[in-house]
Amino acid sequence: MTDNRIELTIVTPERAVVDEAVDELQIPGSEGYFGVLPGHAPLFSELKVGEVAYRRGDRWSFLAVAWGFVEVQPNHVRILAETAERAHEIDLDRAMRAKQRAEERIARGGEDVDYGRALVALERALIRIQVARKAHHTASA
Amino acid sequence: MPSLLDIRRRIRSVKNTQQLTKAMKTVSAAKLRRAQERVFSARPYAEQLKRVLGNLTARLEDVSHPLLEIRPEERILFLVITADRGLCGAFNANIIRTAQAFIREHQTQTTHLMMVGRKGRDFFRRRAAPIRSEFVNIFSRLDYGHAKDISEAIIQAYTNAEVDAVYMVYNEFKSVIQQRVVVEKVLPLSRADLKETEPRLDYIFEQSPQEIFNRLLPRYVEVQVYRALLESAASEHGARMASMDTATRNAGEMIDMLTLNMNRIRQAAITREIIEVVSGAGV
Repeated sequence: MTDNRIELTIVTPERAVVDEAVDELQIPGSEGYFGVLPGHAPLFSELKVGEVAYRRGDRWSFLAVAWGFVEVQPNHVRILAETAERAHEIDLDRAMRAKQRAEERIARGGEDVDYGRALVALERALIRIQVARKAHHTASA
Repeated sequence: MPSLLDIRRRIRSVKNTQQLTKAMKTVSAAKLRRAQERVFSARPYAEQLKRVLGNLTARLEDVSHPLLEIRPEERILFLVITADRGLCGAFNANIIRTAQAFIREHQTQTTHLMMVGRKGRDFFRRRAAPIRSEFVNIFSRLDYGHAKDISEAIIQAYTNAEVDAVYMVYNEFKSVIQQRVVVEKVLPLSRADLKETEPRLDYIFEQSPQEIFNRLLPRYVEVQVYRALLESAASEHGARMASMDTATRNAGEMIDMLTLNMNRIRQAAITREIIEVVSGAGV
């Protein structure tokens, strides 16, 4: 089914991140992760903080994304995300520091801590770390 | 008549200035290229967003949203985008002039100012104009977050009905040497901009279309503001490059003139000395 691929575009306000034909992908939708294969029914969903994984041939690629929208058409997927970083673009140290900061804020507690924000920050940091590590594995494999 | 030493000193000083303007020109050229790329890479998102919005609008029975609500324009929020730095020709002056004209034209209404860029802020502050809020020194590390902050402030003012319309003025990037001052309405959003542009597909929605529409609409404002900021940044570098180029050329002319002058004076001094020697020998 090499001629039956999905055209995947991922754009953020600052740049176009991905524009590629892929065989399958996984997206963090509002109701949890969902997979898309060619011929998927048209779907519209919110995008959460999470990891987008897509396969081309037998190679998987990963991105850390946060907030936005997904539009699925039978042979076209468009992702509008606020941020999207390919695994190898992520600064692991920075993500680790962000995680630590978020954890400290949550642990400290008190009235001046915005829990919602701290939790979101933590979630993002965790996803970024997870995705960045995958880049490491595929590179060393 | 200035002494030889004075002129030499002057030439040296002009030469130093010339080196400076030349360096600034080179820096601006490099920054301009990057700024242009950013304008370009922001386009896909804006296009996709517009398309998606069009698609959603077509599906909604009743398109209504606080950001689409048209009210009589009695209080206007005016977003004025200048640069943080000078030495870029008429770049800031053009914006300020247009902004003042706009305020005069809308004298019967109340105009609140929202300033982006230090130059414009300083100007209106000196004139004790009421500035509602300001965003300065953002252009050296401009990113989408700034557009978000500005949009949030605008949207809040609009949805709280503190203002009835939002306009913005900025320099649009026409070409490297040409900028155009444009005044645009930001809010209320125009329904015409949200027209459906492609054949309809029956989507499965994980949330209601209305809900998604409501969340996307503010994004549209952000994108517009972001584009204006990027255009302004590119224009600024273009304007600075052009004015530094002129400055470098003027300095060159000045050096030529001073050199000529200096040679004349030196020649005159030599001639005088020769005459003195000759007339001394004749005695």
